[in-house]
Amino acid sequence: MRKTTTSAIWFRRFKTVMWYVVTIFGAVIMLLPFVWMVSTSFKVENEIFSMPIRWFPKKVTIANYTRALEVVPIFKCMLNTLIIAVPKILGEVFVSALVAFGFARFHFKGRNFLFMIMLATMMLPYEVTMIPTFMVWSGLGFSDSYVPLILPAFCGSASFIFFLRMYFETVPRDYEEAAWIDGAKNLKVFRMIFVPLAKPALITISLWSFMGTWNDLLGQLIYIDSQPKYTIQLALASFSSMTGETLWGPLMAASFMALIPVIALLLYAQKYFMEGVKMGGVKG
Amino acid sequence: MKKREKAGFFFILPWLIGLIVFTAFPMIAAVYISMTDWDIVGNAAFIGINNYKMLFSSEEFIRSLWVTVRYAVIAVPLIIATSLTMAVLVSKNRKGSGVFRVIYYMPAIVSGVAVAIVFKWILDPSYGLLNGVLSFFGIQGPDWLYDPDWVLPSYLIMAVWGAGGSLLTYLAALKDIPEDLYGAAMIDGANVFQRVKYITVPLMTPIIFYNLVLGIIGAFRKFTDAYVLGGAGKEGNFYMVYLYEEAFGHYRMGYATALAWVLFVIILLLTFIVNWTKKYWVYSE
Repeated sequence: MRKTTTSAIWFRRFKTVMWYVVTIFGAVIMLLPFVWMVSTSFKVENEIFSMPIRWFPKKVTIANYTRALEVVPIFKCMLNTLIIAVPKILGEVFVSALVAFGFARFHFKGRNFLFMIMLATMMLPYEVTMIPTFMVWSGLGFSDSYVPLILPAFCGSASFIFFLRMYFETVPRDYEEAAWIDGAKNLKVFRMIFVPLAKPALITISLWSFMGTWNDLLGQLIYIDSQPKYTIQLALASFSSMTGETLWGPLMAASFMALIPVIALLLYAQKYFMEGVKMGGVKG
Repeated sequence: MKKREKAGFFFILPWLIGLIVFTAFPMIAAVYISMTDWDIVGNAAFIGINNYKMLFSSEEFIRSLWVTVRYAVIAVPLIIATSLTMAVLVSKNRKGSGVFRVIYYMPAIVSGVAVAIVFKWILDPSYGLLNGVLSFFGIQGPDWLYDPDWVLPSYLIMAVWGAGGSLLTYLAALKDIPEDLYGAAMIDGANVFQRVKYITVPLMTPIIFYNLVLGIIGAFRKFTDAYVLGGAGKEGNFYMVYLYEEAFGHYRMGYATALAWVLFVIILLLTFIVNWTKKYWVYSE
């Protein structure tokens, strides 16, 4: 009897060790491209092109960073992305919350039908409406402009509305009934009860919206033409054509700079990223 | 009560306007545009279904569709298997699980051009990290993106690396499986494989189904990586890249819109097919 217990303990220890071996291996693979990117960005040319590969630079240089900043004004391009992202996020989150509130808390004619339509639009590939929408914007004189990238966000986003409606539906009815009996206006109920309760969900979708905007290439490629208006994605995508040849050192430096805000945000707000999916509702 | 009904309508109004302006109207317009010969500048000439006829006899269309289909068929199951494995691993509550969760999730969130560029460098035939590591083991690596036969594997490597995108949905689903189910199975003498086969997998099928649908749609809409990386012999010419080039490179708006409709129909059909198979493998209570 005693013997089986000790062997069971050893088996459990073995399992734990195996778990760490496999999980750490996976994590190393996941981190390797980042390590390689950072390492390359600090290498001098002949170390970049050395075989066998050199994991870490022997001689650390920041020349790649200065060169990258000469090729494209990376910080200005990041600022351009922010100029799109900030109003877009504000509009998208606020309007999505309003619409979700409408779908979650009011019974009006055709509500379920409209909600079904909204779900259907989530399936519709953006590509089908992409070209006609582009034609309309350029017809209205908005070519080489941020407006087409920002304004549609003020109509809300179907997936955010869907997510927030789920969240709002878990709010107990008595919360707002009391307020309504007191004669509070709908907007006040929304602002005083639903917005505070949904704060974590609102932060989560703001982060999603930011990541979506920061990483979007297709939309920005279509609507932005002139270099001074380039976003960070466009700057990176056109980097090689600007230098005429592929300069790996400066490219890695530029990529690293472009990723820093995103990685920093993920680490800083990881709670909201990681819990975003499982928070189906209000606790308590 | 009447007043409150109106208020609800008022709240959804912004979305409704968006639906009409940015979805319904462009969709109707897209039907018409797809039947015209239009290069933006001039007038649109109505040519009926000619664009569709042209498209199906176009070699480039067939090739880009073939590239995309091949990628989807392999990448989608590969991504599901990878991220499920990751989820099972990091769902354990051991020291450091939280850190591993973030690390596995990170590649999915930092997508975009920068990551594609980094992979182009990693896959560089002469000085890239991958071939460097392979040569350490005495293996002469292929030319990856510069060899038509190795373009697809290159994209698959990237796809697996970024598989953590659906990790969180699997984690949430794993958490929802009641612990006592496993306890009861263990009392009945079920070993670990039986427990995975009869409890974990069936209870995960709804979320696998959800990610399968999203995965197929995502694979067919692949753009950013392919736009940046390309690939020898046009093997990296994914459907969306082809569509983009036709529309904004050659300004063939009518033809490109027809391409978009075909993509839409393909995605719709696949979704229906997957949905039809649901009753054979997705567990429902």
